[in-house]
Order: sequence, then C-alpha cells, then structure tokens
Amino acid sequence: MAAGSAALGVADLPTDAAGPQTAEIELIVNGRSRRLELDTRTSLLDALREHLQLTGTKKGCNQGACGACTVLLDGRRVNSCLTLALMHDGAHITTVEGLARGDALHPVQAAFIEHDGFQCGYCTPGQIMSAVACIAEGHTGSDDEIRAWMSGNICRCGAYPGIVAAVAQAARAG
Amino acid sequence: MIDPSIGLPLPRVDGRAKVTGAAQYAAEFNQPNQVYAVVVNSTVGLGRIAAIDAAAATGMPGVVAILSHLNAPRLPYHEHRAFVDPAIGERLHVLQDDQVRFFGHPVAVVIAETLDQAEHAAAAMRISYAAETPVVRLDAPGAVMIVPDAARKPSGRTIADGVRGDPDAAFAQATHQIDATYDIAREHHNPMEPHATVALWDGDHLTLWSKSQFVVNEAIEIAAVFGVPAEQVLVICPFIGGAFGAALRTWSHVTLAALAARHVGRPVKLVLSRRQMFYAVGHRPRTVQRVALAAAPDGRLAAIIHEGTAETSRYEQYIDALTTASAFLYACPNVRTTYRLVPLDSSTPTFMRGPGEASGIVALECAMDELAVALAMDPIELRLRNEPTVNEQNGLPFSSRSMRACYALGAARFGWERRDPRPRSMHDGRLLIGWGMAAATYPSSRAPANARARILADGTAEVETAASDMGPGTYTSMTQVAADALELAPADVRIRIGRSDFPPTPPHGGSMTMASVGSAVQAACLAARALAGGTNYRDIIARRGGEPIVAAASSARGDEQRRFSMNAFGAVFAEVAVDPDLCTVRVRRAVGAYGAGRIINPRLARSQCTGGMVGGIGMALMEQTVVDTRDGRPVNASMADYLVPVNLDVGSLDALFVDEDDPYVNPLGAKGIGEIAIVGMAPAIANAVFHATGQRVRDFPIRIEALLST
Amino acid sequence: MHPFSFHAAATEQEAIAEAAAGGRYIAGGTTLVDLMREEVERPRRLIDINRLPLRDVHVQDDGLVIGALARMSDVARDPATAQVQPLIVDALVEGASPQIRNMASIGGNLLQRVRCSYFRTLDAPCNKRTPGSGCSAIGGANSGHALFGTSVHCVATHPSDLAVALVALDAVILTRGPGGARRFPVEALYRMPGETPHLEHTLEPGEMIVEIRVPHGSYARRARYLKVRDRASYEFAVVSVAVAMDIDGGIVRDVRLAAGGVGTMPWRLRGSEAVLTGRQSGRAAWRDAAERAIDGAQPLVGNHFKVELLRRTVVRALEMVGGAA
Ligand SMILES: Cc1cc2nc3c(=O)[nH]c(=O)nc-3n(C[C@H](O)[C@H](O)[C@H](O)COP(=O)(O)OP(=O)(O)OC[C@H]3O[C@@H](n4cnc5c(N)ncnc54)[C@H](O)[C@@H]3O)c2cc1C
Ligand code: SF4
Ligand code: FES
Ligand code: FES
Repeated sequence: MAAGSAALGVADLPTDAAGPQTAEIELIVNGRSRRLELDTRTSLLDALREHLQLTGTKKGCNQGACGACTVLLDGRRVNSCLTLALMHDGAHITTVEGLARGDALHPVQAAFIEHDGFQCGYCTPGQIMSAVACIAEGHTGSDDEIRAWMSGNICRCGAYPGIVAAVAQAARAG
Repeated sequence: MIDPSIGLPLPRVDGRAKVTGAAQYAAEFNQPNQVYAVVVNSTVGLGRIAAIDAAAATGMPGVVAILSHLNAPRLPYHEHRAFVDPAIGERLHVLQDDQVRFFGHPVAVVIAETLDQAEHAAAAMRISYAAETPVVRLDAPGAVMIVPDAARKPSGRTIADGVRGDPDAAFAQATHQIDATYDIAREHHNPMEPHATVALWDGDHLTLWSKSQFVVNEAIEIAAVFGVPAEQVLVICPFIGGAFGAALRTWSHVTLAALAARHVGRPVKLVLSRRQMFYAVGHRPRTVQRVALAAAPDGRLAAIIHEGTAETSRYEQYIDALTTASAFLYACPNVRTTYRLVPLDSSTPTFMRGPGEASGIVALECAMDELAVALAMDPIELRLRNEPTVNEQNGLPFSSRSMRACYALGAARFGWERRDPRPRSMHDGRLLIGWGMAAATYPSSRAPANARARILADGTAEVETAASDMGPGTYTSMTQVAADALELAPADVRIRIGRSDFPPTPPHGGSMTMASVGSAVQAACLAARALAGGTNYRDIIARRGGEPIVAAASSARGDEQRRFSMNAFGAVFAEVAVDPDLCTVRVRRAVGAYGAGRIINPRLARSQCTGGMVGGIGMALMEQTVVDTRDGRPVNASMADYLVPVNLDVGSLDALFVDEDDPYVNPLGAKGIGEIAIVGMAPAIANAVFHATGQRVRDFPIRIEALLST
Repeated sequence: MHPFSFHAAATEQEAIAEAAAGGRYIAGGTTLVDLMREEVERPRRLIDINRLPLRDVHVQDDGLVIGALARMSDVARDPATAQVQPLIVDALVEGASPQIRNMASIGGNLLQRVRCSYFRTLDAPCNKRTPGSGCSAIGGANSGHALFGTSVHCVATHPSDLAVALVALDAVILTRGPGGARRFPVEALYRMPGETPHLEHTLEPGEMIVEIRVPHGSYARRARYLKVRDRASYEFAVVSVAVAMDIDGGIVRDVRLAAGGVGTMPWRLRGSEAVLTGRQSGRAAWRDAAERAIDGAQPLVGNHFKVELLRRTVVRALEMVGGAA
C-alpha cells in the first residue's frame, strides 16, 4: 500500500469556491425564530449544538447511520447531521427541548421514563423525536411494526424492549 | 417511618433530564472563546513519519495552530498506572516522536476557530511515512505468541496457566470427547456518544469536561502526563453516553485536548469522529480458543482443557480473565487452562463489557453444548450433573451460588421442557427454530470507595462521590441506598457524581459500582445519621443553628475475598429462527435468569440485563471489526458498516432474578449485573443456531456468510 | 468539508444554468453531504434544487410518474404507487431508515455513490475516487463487493435498492440539461467501471433528472423485492432480488428480474427471464432461473458466498411471487 496519503484524492483540490461561503438564515426552532450567520458548511446538527447551544440533539456518527441527531423538520423526522442548515431557511425545527410544555412532559417522554426506554440517555433524544414522528405516521400497529419503524435509531445500550413498550403506550394514549 | 426503597422499581431520578435533553455530556460543555481540535491519524500501519507538510492547512481560514511531534512540547509522562491500565508496557505517548505503531496512530492535531475549519484543515495535512509492513492478525505468519508477564503470577484473577489433576491423560481415556476451536472477532465498543473532551486551562489549573468512567484516575493520569500536581486537574463528567469499558482508561485524545488548550491558551473542544473511535480507544481483543472436554457416559466431566489466545498491542499487554471461569464453573478433577497473548501492530485492547468471561464462556459453553449432543443428554442436565459444591480451583466455598435455581427459573419461563432435542426438528413454516442455552458467570468484586453525605437544613440530603453513570442507573440506585440509610424519601436525596474532586471511587466498571460505591454511600449516610442522632433532620439541624451535618466514609474490602469465591451466576435461553436457504438468523426471544445477590432496583436491573442480551446478539451474529491484513486499517469503521443490533433485530427479552441473600459478598449483598448481562447470551444463541440447523459455527459472528459456507 | 458557495435555485432554468457553470445539484443531501464531510466530494458550489416543483407522484395511462425530488418516503406511502407498482414500495421501504427516506430524493437515490469503505476515505488508494491510484478492495476486504460487471480497476457494488427495482421494471428517466431534454432507460444511466471507474453515470454536466416513468406491465402487480442482510433493518443489501411476474394458467407469461448487491450497477437478470418466459411455473423453473442468474459470476477472494446466496435468493424471490409448488 501507499507509503503516504499525499497523492490520494486531493490532487485535484479545487480552487476557492465561487461566491460567499457564509449565509444568514432564519430557523424557527421550537417555535422561536432564530437568526444565524453560518458557514455554508454548517450542518443543521452543528447549528443546533454549536451555535444555538441546543445540545439535546446528539451527534453519534455524523454519517446518517445512527439516528441520534433526529429532529423534526417541518414535522418530519430527519437526520440533522446529513443536511445543511442553510437549506432550511425559514423552516420549523422541533428538537427534544421543544416537546415538554413547561413542567408537563410530552406523553412520549413520560412513556420513555415509565418503560425505562433508555440507559445512558445518549440515543434518547433521537429515539423520542423519532417516536413522536413514528406515532404521527401511524406506524405503531404492532410491536413488530414499531420495531421496524424505530430501526433508524440505534441504541447501543440495548434499551429496545423499553423503547417499543414506550412507543406502544404513547401511541395508545395519543 | 419511610418504607425502604431498595428493591423497589423506581423510575430513574435522572430520567427527566435525559428525556428533555437537559442531561449534559462531555462535548456539550461549550466554553466561551472555545476553539475546536481535530486529530490527524496515521494512514499507515507501522513505520515512521518521514515528513509533515502543514503549509496548506496552516494557511486555511480559522486555523489557530497545528501540533505534531515536530513542534509539540516534550511532555513529562510521569509513571502512573491505574488498575485499568495494563500492568506491563507503557501507555501510548502522543506527538513525542516520529513512530507510528498502528493504523490510525494520532500524529497531529489541528486547532481552528470552528469545527468545519478544523476538520477541513485536518484533511489538508500532508504527511508522508516511511512505512513498514505491520503484523495485524494473530494468525498472521509473523505473529508470535507469548506468555503474558502479569499473568505468570498464579495469584491474580488472570492466570497464564492453571492445572489440577492430569487433564491430558483424563481426556485421552474418556469415552466422550469434544475438541474444538472457537474464533471470536475483534469488537469495538461503539457507545453512541463518541469520546469527547473540553479542556480549559486557568494558569496551571486544568479543567476537563471529559467522557470518563473513572474521573479520579483521569485527573491523576493527565496530571502525570503533564507533570502537574493531581489536585490541579479537575475532571467533570456528570453523564456518559454509554461506554462499556471504552472510557475506563484515559486515552491519548484527552492529552491532545489538554495540550492543544495549553498551546493556544483557549478552551479546546476535541471530539473523536466515529471512524476515530476505531483507532485508539480500545477494543475487545480477537480471541482464538481451544476447548477440549471429556466426559463419562453419565455426563460427569473428566477433563476440561481451555487454551485461550488473545491479541494485544506491541506496547502494552492487555490481559483479562479469558479462561478463568473454566476452572470453577463445573466440577471436574482434571482441568488445564492456559492464556497466551499475541502482540500485534495495533492499538491496545481494553475491557469491553464482560471482559474475559464474555469471550471465554462462549468457547466453554459452546463446547458444553457440543458435549451434550455427543452424550445425547439435555444440556441443562449435563450442567446439573457437573454442579460443583465449592470452587474447585481454590477450594473456597461460594458466597452464594444459585446456578440450579437459575436453570430452573429460566427453563420454566422459557418453556424448555417443550424442546425437541434433535437438530432441525423445530419449525415455524419454512423457518428452522432453534433453542439453545448457556450458563454464565462473572466475579463479584469490590474496591475501596468513598462518599460524603450532607444533611441540609431543609431536611434533605446530598451525597457526593466520584462515581459515574454510563447507563446502569447509578444516580437512581445510589439514591435508593442513601434514602434507606438516612430513612428519607428518595425524592429528598440528591446524588452528585462525576467529579474528580468528589470522594474517590474505583472505576465505573467490572460490575462493582454498587458493591463498592453503594457500600460507601451507605456507610456515609449511616455515619451522618449517627451524627444527627435521629432522623428528624430538620429539627436536629435547626437546633444546631442550621449547620448541615456532614459525614464522609469509605468502604473497603473485608476479608471476604479470602474466605469465599464470589460470583454472579446465570442461565440464558435463546430462541432463534433461521432461514434455511438465506441463512439469516433472528433472535425471537430470550430469557436470562440471574443469581446476582440483592437487586437494588428491579426496573433498572432488568434494563441492564436485557441491554446486555442485546450486546450478546451483536456478539453472536453481527459484530466484527474488519482489519485490512495489509496495513491494519479498520475497514468497516462506521456505524453503517460495523453492525450492531437495531430495534428490529431484537425480539422479546426477559430478565429474571432469583432470590438470593448473600450476606458475605458486601454490606449491600449486591453482586453487580453489568457484565454478567452479556455473558452467556452469545453462546446461547450459537447453540440455538446449532439446534436449528445442525450446523456448528465456531467462528463469530455467525453471519449469513458463515452459515452458507459451513 | 471543503468550502463552497450555495445557491437555492428558484427555477429549473436557473438551476441548469448554474450547474452548467460548474455548480452541483443537492437534493436530500444524504449522499452528498456525507461524502463532502469526508472530502471525497468537493463541490465548489451547491445548487439546492429542492424548491423546484418536481415532487409530484401520479399514475397516468402509460405508467407511473415520479418526480425526481419526491422523497423516498412519499413515494413509499403513495397509495397509487402501492397499487400499480408494489415492487417500488417494497424496495423503498427496505432501504435506509425512516429518517433518511424522509430526506432522500428519488433522483438522488439513483445517483448515490458506492459504499466501498476505501472509496469513502481519502487515505486509501481508490480508482473511483482518485483515478489511477489503484483499487484497495481487490486485494483487501471485499466480502461486500460485486460479482458482476467488475473490472481490474473497481469492484464496488451499486448500493441502491430502488434502482434494482426500476431497472427490473424497465423504468425510464427524463432529464433536462444544457443540451435539452432526454429520455432513456434507467439501466442506461449506469456505467460499469471498466477503465474509468470514476465515471458512474451517463448524465452530461448540468443535466438534471426531472422524472422517472415506470411503464405499466402485466407483471407489475405480482412483485416482490427481497433484500437479504445480516441486520434486519438499516443495512444495505448483501444480496437482493426484484421479481415481477405475470403467471397465467401456471405458465410464466412475462417476468422481470434484477439483483442488487452483486453488480457494479443494478443487475438485470435477462438470462433468467428468458429461462422463465413461457415455462411452467414452479420449483424446477425457479431453480433453472437461479442457476442462470449466477452464470458468469466472478467472485473475489472474500465474496464467494454471494454466488450461492444469489442463487438461493432468486429461488426464494420467485417462490414468494410465483408460489413454492
Ligand atoms: C446510513 C445510510 C444508509 C442507507 N441505506 C440505504 C439502503 O439501504 N438502500 C438504499 O437504496 N439507499 C440507502 N442509503 C442511500 C440513500 O438512499 C441515498 O443517500 C439517497 O437516496 C440519496 O438521495 P439524496 O436526495 O439525499 O441525494 P443527494 O445527496 O442530494 O445527491 C446525491 C447525488 O445526486 C445528485 N443529484 C441529486 N438529485 C439530482 C437530480 N435531480 N438530477 C441530477 N443530479 C442529482 C447530486 O448532485 C449528488 O451527486 C443509505 C444512506 C445512508 C446515509
Ligand atoms: S472497489 Fe472501486 S470504489 Fe472500492 S477501492 Fe476499488 S476502485 Fe475504489
Ligand atoms: S449523528 Fe446523525 S445519524 Fe448519527
Ligand atoms: S440509552 Fe444508551 S445508547 Fe440508547
């Protein structure tokens, strides 16, 4: 194999990008309008975590392969690590911080506590956002259907039995 | 009088923080004026750095500094070795010389104003190497097997060679023999939270918000690396996003974060990418194990020979108790265990959930299943016939051993008596159904720990201890222990953990947090209550003029270690469905029955055990770090390619606990369950796969590929 | 990620003009952003095409029409699609995760790039990423690589599930670009690696996929996409097979078959179709078709098992659609 990486894949480095590499956008996060001046490269996830200090949304892989970064984008669940913030000027984003109403937890949050649908808690915000969407989509007809439609959220602690129970309960209640 | 809370299935006290996103993990302690560091890793598997061209990267917007061995200060790296560190060898030193010891060796760190800038500049680093050919597989031509130095001493939990009787002769003479070799792939912990450190220097005081299962040691280790007094390093880690052993040691990226922060004079945040999680933060070593069993026709074991070989790095000898359980899980007069290492040009392995036993018991319990087949005997019956009365390895009685009860309880819940023992005899439509079981064990140990309890004027209490919570529920279970000791309601107790300046504790691992820290928390609370002289705290403190009552206490091991063999035991049952044509395997259900002493919180204990079973599904059917044989590159270093179970892979899981009152193991009577939770699941699945298919796959994971080619 | 500038195109003309000038389209971004982060992709300018009205999904006389910017999940839950082309729904639902399917567009899905791990990192030789640097997979870890359509320069499989279904169904792509509009079979979108593995598709610079059309066929309603993998979900195919079959009076009248996970492009199994057409349906026919499917497979050191797996997957997929008798 090559002794060094110098020649690999970088010989054709483009010259500087044409046009501005920052942009100003507005995101409506949990109902609140937030204006941001961002590097074009900023992912929606980093905009939340590093710029808006909304660290509830987690970065597990930054490659779309774990679901920890799941948020609702105009009501649909997406992986915020694989989309650029500036593609969503004016969009409504709901994060885990936006679910509870004051002291009252969202039914999905309450169900996760009741069924112990987590251990370390790191995948949990993503699981909960995904669960909220899963229920809204109507993919909760059976435990197996829940399992299938919650499979975009990896839980390394293996809290799946509790997650399935929590989603099933919240779906029944809602 | 308040009802005791130990034993109650309380929901997690930190549940609300976790479901609302309020729980803060290391990378989330953003600091004012913070910059971002990104590690650059070697792209060869062995050799020297020939040249570093940082010109392009240096000139990029936002870049603040770039450190490599060419310009990094020499660090003192004072001697320090915690018991999470290998006894033999020396930890990896970073940016101190031009040596590359493994693929992905950290060779530089780039610091920039924003994360995107730092990542881009890191990618623009041009580093060339004088590369050599590394030896990266334990069965490669140049690989050399050694006797691990630290295991030569026969006293430790890990021994290189153990023998009783004459196992070879007994094996040769027996009527029934099994002699098989099991190969278990290298695994990476892959917690969902990547390793992360935010480093902030204030003069020569350093604060690290850093993912750690052992904050006390992380402070000492970094102090040793930098040559500063340990009191000047503060490590904070209130929440851990899973670790499974990966955050027991303090790895080199923590040093890099602290170094970068000192160099630029600003707080630095350093988070490893998912790919970097495969380079230098430990892994479960690949093992190759020969197990030879011999038995009389009645199933009585005549010989157990267990020869285990594991990989390690060239610069440290990581050891664990791979073959230890084979010496005491069953009664047998003739036993030999050996344990060897093969140093490779890789980074050092480390403890991963159920270290040692999780791999070793795969081999032993699959071999027991093979023996049961050879004897035409029910696998539970075979095990019952070999139930020992004492630990035959050291002659000590078990502090408690509920193996029989585990078999009975697990088998009843699972419905084992309905099993048709013939392979390929059970079906669901086209699918082959297999039922398999395995025994499990993990030692219960404890280590000295400290805690401080403070009863406040409002009658509530606060307990501080340097422990961690990577998910088992330390916050909650300690709340229960403290509440009972103080006779308070759990809601009136706050547990504060995860700071190195709290009373020191052993690492959060090895299933000993409850035994060690729990005992200390209990002792501190009992001491505070004794100081108070009653439990009507509000009045008592009012009479003291509002002065809180503070008591610190430690718990140490007693002499129990010398008097008893202390272990948790379990029996795991699994049902798989195998597609006979497509060779896909799904675990439909599993039952684990455990004798683990006192269960502090059944809700949490259940989660922990079913979570461990999910880990076992991964180990049995999916997990493997694919190493490029040419240069040691972890090829599948991503969450998309390193497969761990997703929700749909997991059927119904049940964890049961037998009533077990163990007055000897520690004051709480709790044996710990974090590790045994994974032990036994993988062999139960493998044995179920055999039962379903008649195919004995001895190389793990058992993937489509393996079943198709066996 | 390499710096870039960004423009959200308001009209197709504007987008095409920008792209002709060197801009790169971005739709869902689930392939592009991922690879940009690895710096495997380094566009200087991104043209966001998500505002263009290309999301419509409907059925017309000659077939199903899918806008290039329709999301995988939208198509998967479209009742009309489920009715006329269940194979497409099957293939979509088996792909990626619910979140990714909410983001990923149909056009982007067809143009997703290979998952070969050596391609996805700058530090390994890879002819597809850096022409002439060599192929790391051929002498390295290649259990996930292709059996068909490989060359000594590249052996990576095309990862799309949807593309397998569309190729089976003789779907057609409509494009518009600087050179005008074109229309061609989805199969003709792909190129095998040959000497030029870095060229994966046949689009001209700036050419935009605007629509996919899937002709009606008598076979369409009896169809299945069978995806075989080690994990039950959220994994690319180890091997997959798309089958659509018209059986009448026990005779196979018309059939479409394609395989995924085995080819450097979605692999149409025309030989197997020929074996089946006009045959009595049933095991013997399925076996012969499967035998024919593995004809010419060129396994690598690590992926021999895929030959047998493909054979079995073809049999099973045919059984699922045509019965096991
Ligand atoms: C973890 C993970 C798992 C996955 N699993 C699967 C799976 O199991 N099965 C599967 O099929 N896929 C899978 N995918 C791939 C996923 O489906 C694709 O990434 C997605 O479909 C790409 O669509 P997009 O709109 O996001 O494309 P983008 O990333 O926006 O674009 C991809 C490419 O297409 C170009 N492009 C996009 N739209 C057009 C257009 N209209 N005209 C011309 N060019 C265009 C872009 O310039 C870019 O080069 C997975 C992805 C991830 C990250
Ligand atoms: S198979 Fe293709 S994509 Fe993979 S390394 Fe070889 S050339 Fe690159
Ligand atoms: S962080 Fe986005 S999917 Fe893993
Ligand atoms: S709770 Fe730890 S990863 Fe899910």
